[in-house]
Amino acid sequence: MDDLDRRLINRLQLGLPLVPRPWEALAEELHSDAATLRARVQALLDDGTLTRFGPMFDIDRLGGAFTLAALSVPEERFDAVAAILDGLPEVAHNYRREHEWNMWFVLGCATPEGISDTIARIETLTGLPVLNLPKEETYHVGLHFPV
Amino acid sequence: MTPLDDLQAVRLRRLLEEGLPLEASPYRLLAERIGATEDRVLAQVQQWQRDGLFRRVGLVLKHRALGIHANAMLVLDIPDAEVDAVGERLSAAPGVNLCYRRPRRLPHWPYNLFCMVHGRERASVTAHIAALLAELGLSERPHKLLFSTRAYKQCGGRFAPALDRAHG
Repeated sequence: MDDLDRRLINRLQLGLPLVPRPWEALAEELHSDAATLRARVQALLDDGTLTRFGPMFDIDRLGGAFTLAALSVPEERFDAVAAILDGLPEVAHNYRREHEWNMWFVLGCATPEGISDTIARIETLTGLPVLNLPKEETYHVGLHFPV
Repeated sequence: MTPLDDLQAVRLRRLLEEGLPLEASPYRLLAERIGATEDRVLAQVQQWQRDGLFRRVGLVLKHRALGIHANAMLVLDIPDAEVDAVGERLSAAPGVNLCYRRPRRLPHWPYNLFCMVHGRERASVTAHIAALLAELGLSERPHKLLFSTRAYKQCGGRFAPALDRAHG
C-alpha cells in the first residue's frame, strides 16, 4: 500500500460524491486519474484490505433484527463452542474477549422471533446461557479511521 | 414523485447491497440493468441518502490487513438519566468507531454504554481510552475494557454488508 492508496482510503471514508462520474471528481482532488483510482480500489478489494465498497446502509433501516450477544464459555470448551456458532448462518463477528463473558458475537435475522429462536437454539446446543444485549440507542460516529 | 417505480427501486437496492460497480459511470451501468435512466437512478440514490437509508458511499476496511491489531470494546455503567448525553460525547471523540446504549442484565452484566475503539496496538488504545475518560470526567465511573484476542468468524449471512460495521 503506497501513499496514493492511503490518501484514497482516507478520502473514501468520507464518502464518494454522488455525481454521474464520481471518480473524475475524486481524481481532481487527489491529483490522480479516474482509471487509476478505480484500479486501486479493485486491487484493495482483491487483496482483502477492503471488504466492501458501496453504500453503507444503516442497519436500523434494513428491516432485519440484530443483537449483540455473549457467552461465558469454560476454557476447555471454547473452540468447540466457537465451532458450533460458526455453523449458524445467523452468527457474525464472533470474537474472543478478555472477560468472564469471553465470547461475543452478533446475531442477524429477518425477524425479532428469529433472534429469540436463535438464542434458544444456541442455549440448547451449548448448554450455556446467552447474554442478549440488543441495541437501544445508536450514537452516530464519523467512522473515519485514518490509515 | 419518486424517481423510480417500485420494482426498479427494489432491483436497484438489491444491486447496491452488493456494492457500487467500479465503473467510470456507475449510475449509468445500474440504470441499464434496471431499465431506467441514469438521471433517475442518481436521483433515487441521492434521495435514499437524504432519507438516511445510507449515510455515505464508502468502504469497509479489514482492520487486521492494515496493521490495526487492537480492538477494544469499552463498556460503562452510566446512570440512565445521563447515558444519552455521555453517549453523544463519546461518539464524537476521536478513535471511537461505534457507540451504542444497551440494556444491563443484572446481576450478570451491569454496563449500559458500549463503544468500539480500534488502534494499531493494545498499549496505545489503553492509553487513548484512559485519556479520553479523564477528559470527559468518566474515569471514576464503573467501566471495563474488553480487548478481543481472536476473531472466530468475521461475517456471515445476508446481513453481512451491514454487520461489517454495525455490531448488532
